[in-house]
Amino acid sequence: MSAVPISYYLVLSAILFGLGVIAFVFKRNIITVFMAIELMLNAVNLAFVAFARAHNQLDGLVFVFFVIVVAAAEAAVGLAIVLAIAQNRQSLNIERVNLLKF
Amino acid sequence: MSLSFILFFTFAGIAVLGAVLVIVAREPIHSALSLILVMVALAVLYLLLGAEFIAAVQIIVYAGAIMVLFVFVIMLLNAGVEERTDWSKLAKYAGLPLGGFLLLELAYWLARPAIGSGVAHAATRAEAASSTRALSEMLFRDYLFPFEATSILILIAILGALVLAKGDE
Repeated sequence: MSAVPISYYLVLSAILFGLGVIAFVFKRNIITVFMAIELMLNAVNLAFVAFARAHNQLDGLVFVFFVIVVAAAEAAVGLAIVLAIAQNRQSLNIERVNLLKF
Repeated sequence: MSLSFILFFTFAGIAVLGAVLVIVAREPIHSALSLILVMVALAVLYLLLGAEFIAAVQIIVYAGAIMVLFVFVIMLLNAGVEERTDWSKLAKYAGLPLGGFLLLELAYWLARPAIGSGVAHAATRAEAASSTRALSEMLFRDYLFPFEATSILILIAILGALVLAKGDE
């Protein structure tokens, strides 16, 4: 039944990753920047699943599982950092977080 | 035009639309809801690829747990409309062209027939049922050590989040 070529999924993955990069560069809210990272991780997951299906191997799916676990851990720690920054700087704008800026 | 093509293009369109909405939305909560749209659409695409366990995990962990965390933090911090600042010239004049170029380049290389020549086969019902079983066998046999390592990673993440969010006394 399904005859959607793998390349279609890969192109969709590339488009989503590119949109994630654009969001990462252009958004000014620290939470939205963080969401852009999740968008990129999702795009990579789609490529993993597509390749796993193309080669009929399940290793890619195991990798997606690990990526999701790491994304969950990253979201927990990252949002705690966002909370700390928001209390410290009274702002969610990443332009205000410039202590390390040269 | 078979059913799978219609499903693919419908949900691929929804995913791209959601990703664009993440970028153009000014309120963080709208971005978060658009991102949930992208994740649900991707879960349908995983089902189309015959990875129903990953689709379920995508809904439960990504669209459920992680995005609820995001929405919770957005509401906790009362994040309103994004401040518009004057962008650095680099982001303005180099960021968008470079981002678009990266997108086109990735799409071009991935669409080359050498890589993407395979055709997705629809998993038959029996095959689909065994896919989750085979996945769990692989996870608990071949990848047992990384699996246990992720549990330690999660534990460290919980402790780190607690320590960071506690603030100073």
